[in-house]
Amino acid sequence: MIFSVKKASFSYKYDASVLKDISFSVESGQVLAVLGPNGAGKTTLLKCMMGLLSWNSGTSFIDETPISRIHYRDLWKKIAYVPQAKNSVFSYSTEEMVVMGRSAHIGAFRQPGPEDYECAGQAMEEVGITHLKDKSCSEMSGGELQMVLIARALAARPSMLVLDEPESNLDFKNQLIILETIECLARERRISCVFNTHYPAHALKTASHALILTRDGESIFGPVQEVVNEENMRRAFDVNVHINEVEIGRKSYISVLALSVADSA
Amino acid sequence: MKAPYNLPVRALLAVLPILTALVCIGIGRYSMSVTESFTVLWSGITGKTYAVSPQAWSVVFNIRLPRILLAILCGSGLAVSGAAFQALFTNPLATPDTLGVASGASFGAAFGLLLGLPSIFVQISSLAFGLAAVSLSYSVSRVRGKSSIIMVVLSGLVVSSMFNAFVSLVKYVADPENQLPAITYWLMGSLASVSYRGLAIGAPLIIAGVALIFTLRWKLNILSLNEDEAKSMGVNVKVMRAGVITAATLVTGSTVAMCGQVGWVGLLIPHICRMIFGGNNRYLVPASISLGAVFMLVIDTVARAATSAEVPVSILTATIGAPFFVILLRRTGGSWL
Repeated sequence: MIFSVKKASFSYKYDASVLKDISFSVESGQVLAVLGPNGAGKTTLLKCMMGLLSWNSGTSFIDETPISRIHYRDLWKKIAYVPQAKNSVFSYSTEEMVVMGRSAHIGAFRQPGPEDYECAGQAMEEVGITHLKDKSCSEMSGGELQMVLIARALAARPSMLVLDEPESNLDFKNQLIILETIECLARERRISCVFNTHYPAHALKTASHALILTRDGESIFGPVQEVVNEENMRRAFDVNVHINEVEIGRKSYISVLALSVADSA
Repeated sequence: MKAPYNLPVRALLAVLPILTALVCIGIGRYSMSVTESFTVLWSGITGKTYAVSPQAWSVVFNIRLPRILLAILCGSGLAVSGAAFQALFTNPLATPDTLGVASGASFGAAFGLLLGLPSIFVQISSLAFGLAAVSLSYSVSRVRGKSSIIMVVLSGLVVSSMFNAFVSLVKYVADPENQLPAITYWLMGSLASVSYRGLAIGAPLIIAGVALIFTLRWKLNILSLNEDEAKSMGVNVKVMRAGVITAATLVTGSTVAMCGQVGWVGLLIPHICRMIFGGNNRYLVPASISLGAVFMLVIDTVARAATSAEVPVSILTATIGAPFFVILLRRTGGSWL
């Protein structure tokens, strides 16, 4: 599956255009990281590309078909959305929460059947949360809840995952777990993943491509190694950075060191 | 520890309202044992009426049975509407009246009583104004073609208080000798004035509404998430919300039209069921239907049999329901949510 956005723009009412002339595409097995300062419209971009908000101009396509022409149930069998982890008012157990991801496959007046619970079980196993099966979502840590939401998205058996700041509020270890889960899903299941993040280093570690948004609505898209560079970081974030490759053992790691706030001249 | 929702529990939930009804139908000034009540009811089904005394037959079929049926419909209907609205508005404090249906229906009934309409028209006027109030709330909440849940709840609040003011106005102009007491008594809720004719109008609407919510019960879980999340699960949120609101409105409107304002059931019963079975609406909805019916049967039996005069139902639901709820709250600290 190829998901693409062509020449799309969006602005909220009475506001200067937030997103101008955005174009990018993601193929199966690729990971796209969306980077940008606060207020640049990262979450808005994700919502627009999935059709939760409508573009003012331009369109999102799945394999050259505009998504507005795809029936909503078929669309959400292909795309699964992982929102920012927030506790809901009512507490559902992990299994109940994950099986909700099957909804696009279940008719309006029907209840989930054994095969849906099987899918949910597999999704929980894939992200390694089977032991949380009966735990209530309202008693979970942020990291656990994020994994539950990823499992819920996977239960739909999608071709593409869209994750809204999946690792932002998590500790070191949980950040690594989430990033490795994304990498693994793309590599082994050939699921395309789109995630937005505050950390350029996470983009370099996990993503194959990056889309950088600047505060004046410009965007830069390309392979991650090419576009996440010192110049573009200064342009987008007004921060001087030093990007460094460190070799530890036989693997090399990339670090992004923030040096100082750049004078925005 | 949550109770499992397995076959024996489901069977118990199905049988409990029937057993309660059999017990309650025998309670009253003319009292009967469970077997006697059953014999009378059975004779009605088989048509062999000569086997029972005409007096017993008349008490059961003319006086008590319609009330029993109404109690079952009204209890399960209000409980299930409450559960549906709590999920839909993602708010544990939502009640069947959140969109103003009960206030609208109360005004409709008060207005009908003021005009001295026959009881069947009072019921129809009440139902019509209940539906009108919710349509008004829903249309007020639509800003530029979109309506968020918070707007729906707020406009429900506004419409509710407007119709409450109209009720006060009707009471103010009503004749204090006979109209005012009739209106006041009606507003406090009673199942006493039920008739088979009234049931014939109300029951199908209540049953249809409850059936719709029952079939959508699992989707209520998804509607209780935030809007974008629910949409991303491949649910047509707009249509689904409108369906649930219509169903709950028909149920509550018909209930209020037949027995006045019966408070508390829609809040109390879903929360008790949540405590027993957990928050999953797939189990919560059938449990609310069953326990709502049981609760209302018990309350109405107390209302008609505890004292020589009839006690208004809403006084009982509040005086029995509120302390019971407080005890549960203090025991659990609200941990079931």
